[in-house]
Amino acid sequence: MRYTIPALAVLLALPGLGHTQEMVNAEAYREALQDKFANPGTMVSDRGEILFKTKRGPKNASLEKCDFGLGAGKLEGAYAQLPRYFKDSKKVEDLESRLVTCMTKLQGFSEADVLKKVFGNQKENESNTDIEAIAMYVASLSDGVAINPPLKHAKEKEALKIGEALFFNRHGPMDFSCATCHAQDEKRIRLQELGNYAGNAKNTQDTMKTWPTYRVSHGMVRTLQSRMWDCNWQMRLPDLAYGSPGSVALISFLSHNAKGVALDLPGMKR
Amino acid sequence: MKFKQTLLLAALTLAANGVAIADKPVVDAKLKAQVDKIIALSFLPGENQDLSRLKQDETLQTCNQYRDNVPEKMAAAIMEREAKAIKYPADGKLMGDWKTGEKYYKMGFAYRIGTVEPDKADKDRGGNCYACHSADPKEVAFGTIGPGLTGYGKLRGSGDDIVKYTYEKIYNAQAYNACSQMPRLGHNGILTPEKIAHITAFLVSPDSPVNK
Ligand code: HEC
Ligand code: HEC
Repeated sequence: MRYTIPALAVLLALPGLGHTQEMVNAEAYREALQDKFANPGTMVSDRGEILFKTKRGPKNASLEKCDFGLGAGKLEGAYAQLPRYFKDSKKVEDLESRLVTCMTKLQGFSEADVLKKVFGNQKENESNTDIEAIAMYVASLSDGVAINPPLKHAKEKEALKIGEALFFNRHGPMDFSCATCHAQDEKRIRLQELGNYAGNAKNTQDTMKTWPTYRVSHGMVRTLQSRMWDCNWQMRLPDLAYGSPGSVALISFLSHNAKGVALDLPGMKR
Repeated sequence: MKFKQTLLLAALTLAANGVAIADKPVVDAKLKAQVDKIIALSFLPGENQDLSRLKQDETLQTCNQYRDNVPEKMAAAIMEREAKAIKYPADGKLMGDWKTGEKYYKMGFAYRIGTVEPDKADKDRGGNCYACHSADPKEVAFGTIGPGLTGYGKLRGSGDDIVKYTYEKIYNAQAYNACSQMPRLGHNGILTPEKIAHITAFLVSPDSPVNK
């Protein structure tokens, strides 16, 4: 169905072009990516809304009572103020680890059930998982709101500090840290442009304001947890656990470095 | 001439690294303990996983402690340790066949693990050098994390010292530059000594497209 949208058909054709052409067309490509009406992320968000409001799980409850930091059921602008410390779980949580908490506590799912399949696999022609769709929905209600995660609680400060250290921490058979690829301006790996998330606020803002994002090359919505997993996978490390404290710390570091920019959701990327 | 400039630049970079640093680590013992704990909680064990990859050797621990800007003395110790561990091909030839080298210069690292598309343990691995360096001027899909290497042999010649330096640099980038951002491809077992000798030929040989 999404393939009937003409703008998107052009986009889908682009990644197949030769490298040189790909670079030449980068500008046009980027412009086309701005067209929100052609963003299938909106449909994923719509599905997420239905899932969010449907009574599900052993406790037959919806997620409408989930507190994302601004009070139970208050979704507008909540994603822009994540990660943050939550008293009930005694943890700093990002959007997705918060969803795991609410799905287990409010709906009664077991954590193992929720975590069994978190990302849809485009190579198997799957569509987005429920939790991806729900995350897209909750995030979309912060469209236009400035990224502004709180930094009051000691645990929030700790997460930021650990996130920064993790960002620069080198490990694995390639000796990589995030900083190997993301701490200098205007670098590329092969032809992929890399953002500087350690010293360039503009870069970090441009990147972070468009997550969750519809990834054209995957044909589905991707979230920050997926991106954190993906970069760690590229680093030849074991799978980064969904919602793990390490993933949340990295997202804290990136979110604080992106502070002040209005979210532009759903994003759309290569 | 250009080679001298590069050497000078390298020396200056090292000097800058050496001078700019206070001797205090950026990551103190407390923060390191916190980070280690978080890492232990954050990666999945099980089939196709390998938690031993999260362990850092002494060199990486020092690099991490100082965020890659280690004080001069420690830098010297790292370079000495890494240089000592370099292994050479059994036949002692550091200059292999440039055509084979071209293949391994291009080919990716493989070595992925986890639940999604893990590579077979015996998958042929390359150096993925184009990810970070240019080489053959006809190849436009190169990254820029490392310096461009187009014309490498033409600029530096193909004397024994250049061959040895190139082989050793690829085997272990930190033997020449403590906490280099370049992976220690031989040292960490990504590339065999033989593959490194082939790649060396690809960079150095006058017949290689790199030097045309
Ligand atoms: C070996 C290189 C490499 C390493 C190491 C690496 N990344 Fe990435 N990163 C990439 C590439 C390549 C992309 C994808 C760019 C694209 O698809 O346009 C990317 C994309 C990203 C993005 C999304 C960029 C965007 O425009 O939306 C974020 C955020 C990110 N990385 C963070 C990290 C973090 C955090 C780490 C460490 C845990 C890390 N990266 C480690 C290469 C790397
Ligand atoms: C993740 C990035 C990365 C990868 C992959 C990589 N390098 Fe490097 N390389 C660098 C960086 C950064 C430098 C500069 C710092 C230094 O000299 O230590 C460098 C330096 C070098 C130098 C020294 C250049 C000089 O002027 O003396 C050579 C030679 C080299 N790399 C060859 C290779 C080869 C061959 C491969 C693949 C087998 C490779 N590199 C893979 C990042 C990389």
